[in-house]
Amino acid sequence: MWDNINVLVQAPIFNVQLLIDGVLIGAIFALAAYGMALVWGVMNIINIAQGEFVILGGFVTWWFTVQGMNPFLGIPVSFAVLFVVGWIIYKIVIRRVVDQDLFISILATFGISILLQQLMNVMFDSDVQTVESGLGTYFMFDDTVTITEIKVVGFVLALVLGAVIVTFMTKSKLGQAIRATAQNARAARILGINTDRVYAVTYSLNAAICGAAGALVVMTWNVQAFQGLAYTVRSFMIVVVAGVGNLPAVVVSALGLGALENFAGFILGSEFQMAFIFSLLVVILVWRNFRLKKHRQVLR
Amino acid sequence: MSTKTKFIATLAMAVATTGLLVAGPAQAKVEGDTITLGAALSFTGKYSTAGKHTKNGYDLAVKKINEKGGVTTGGKTYKLAIKYYDDESTPARGVQLVERLIKQDGIQYMLGPYGSGLTKAMAPVSEKYGIPMVEGNGASRSLFNKGYKYLFAVLSTTEQYLAESIKLAAANASKIGKKPNELKVALAMENDPFSQDIRAGVLDDAKKFDMKIVIDDKLPKDLNDMTATLTKVKALKPDILVVSGHSKGASLVIRQLDQMKVNVPMLAITHCESAKVQDKFPGKSDYTLCATQWAATMAYSDKWFGTAAQYAELFRATYDGYTVVPYQAAESTASVLVYADALERAKSLSPDDVRDALAATNMKTFYGPIKFSAAGNNTAKPMALRQIINGKYVVVAPAKWAEKPVLFPMPTWDKR
Repeated sequence: MWDNINVLVQAPIFNVQLLIDGVLIGAIFALAAYGMALVWGVMNIINIAQGEFVILGGFVTWWFTVQGMNPFLGIPVSFAVLFVVGWIIYKIVIRRVVDQDLFISILATFGISILLQQLMNVMFDSDVQTVESGLGTYFMFDDTVTITEIKVVGFVLALVLGAVIVTFMTKSKLGQAIRATAQNARAARILGINTDRVYAVTYSLNAAICGAAGALVVMTWNVQAFQGLAYTVRSFMIVVVAGVGNLPAVVVSALGLGALENFAGFILGSEFQMAFIFSLLVVILVWRNFRLKKHRQVLR
Repeated sequence: MSTKTKFIATLAMAVATTGLLVAGPAQAKVEGDTITLGAALSFTGKYSTAGKHTKNGYDLAVKKINEKGGVTTGGKTYKLAIKYYDDESTPARGVQLVERLIKQDGIQYMLGPYGSGLTKAMAPVSEKYGIPMVEGNGASRSLFNKGYKYLFAVLSTTEQYLAESIKLAAANASKIGKKPNELKVALAMENDPFSQDIRAGVLDDAKKFDMKIVIDDKLPKDLNDMTATLTKVKALKPDILVVSGHSKGASLVIRQLDQMKVNVPMLAITHCESAKVQDKFPGKSDYTLCATQWAATMAYSDKWFGTAAQYAELFRATYDGYTVVPYQAAESTASVLVYADALERAKSLSPDDVRDALAATNMKTFYGPIKFSAAGNNTAKPMALRQIINGKYVVVAPAKWAEKPVLFPMPTWDKR
């Protein structure tokens, strides 16, 4: 561990490399986390199938690329396909559990995640798949720092999509309906909002954003039918740190966790990467609870 | 239910279970002129692709042996057949199925499943019933230090997988103006028994040459990014990077070395073929060294298939969708050949006699020589290293089978 810290002190340029890579990786996780924050905030459902949506998005892009499509069209195509998948899953399963106990919806989405894993395994085989984006690498500081262009694309997409979602939520009629439903579903229903449709759109939108993230994942890393859990866990953590229903905070928390994770991997070794992040989560939760308690005491 | 009825019910269950246990295996699975082997393989779940290779390997052997007249033992000729079940890639299911094959179906000769994990789960069961199991897909060293008497493996064990790369680097160290003991080694091994065994083998060999280990990362099981490890490679500039993380790890390291333009003189990995890196990353996967149990270019041969090359040709002609024959299929075929050989030499068809004949195996196959140690692993066949050169796999080590000398050091990215 000290050796690795020593490297960072002796050659500070590697701090830059780790920071940039971490932030760019975090951006891709931010995409997966947007949807989770949305579904959690609006429908009070923790979607365990989040990672499977990402992987499925990756497979969709891969499949169309094999048929001869430009890989970058995979981003909108996966978005669209996953929107439909999300809609179908909502109609069949989610609408039946949306008003139920949180435990029931967790079980239901856990079931969906297993089902999707096995379906992908049957449809696309258990092989690892990748798509070549054809993009290159930027070099900085005498070639010691390298930035992969596809990760930059992911970063920009994450920011743009984040901005679009925020605008959609505040400006459009449907967005306002979604927010109203999130605040008080019963009141929204009384005021004539079709909450069933709001839920359907929210859940499908979540799947669609994950699909777009999946397209980036298959171009940056790789996808395999059983890899989804890593994305579910990370989005869960990002949302817990950011707080539900706070999209700008989701971005910050995703980028921050991405960078921290990368530094932890470098210093402690990659086997402790996730352990470090989970310990950090515990610290954050304890600290937050402590602060809230103080706040409550003041109120008292 | 009252306590009394409950007690009686439990008692009845216990008696029934004991009865089943005492009854022992059903009628032996040698019917008429057919000897049936049993196997639980992964047709679904995460090992389904590898499971398919294994089944194809088994089936091709049975087909060939039967075409050549079958197996003659005790003056009688038998055909071979295999009874399969799907273990769904889960050890718990695998264990149930071995019980079922032995107890209900009366199978007396088992073939192995795919992978060390499943083999580890199933071997104790066949051991318990005294039923021999010949396997070609469980390489973990830990399978052969448990004192199993009925387990035989035709493949080289895990610690040999990448050890050869260290020897190769030592022999070529002068090409980068270094002595073997000045070489720096970086390890990135998945945190599972398979890869950690490989790591132990590499560490042993690196120690022999007094090389310095600069990175020793354990990759997480849900591996999806190697940036942190590769940044370390960039900073510490090792001469050899050794990676094992199944197909995921193979495709990830090649992709990210290119993306981050990390230069390293030698890259040695496992699972190149199953990750199809030569097709997925044309050009970028060149110069990579890949561990292999077997290659079609090696000069092994036997009476059933002829040479290794002829086996490969027959395999591709029989099954669609293969450009390179995976070694997983070849070692599965070899497992059946070992049975054919042992059954012919066995004093009788009883599992114990067949087990003794298996232990005395000393044969040549298209897959390589096979001779079992007392622990049951094959000590006669070496591991090989292939280098990807212009998208083709070329054997570069060990020296006896090398088609070409290794290209070392790997050119830097700006020269590729």
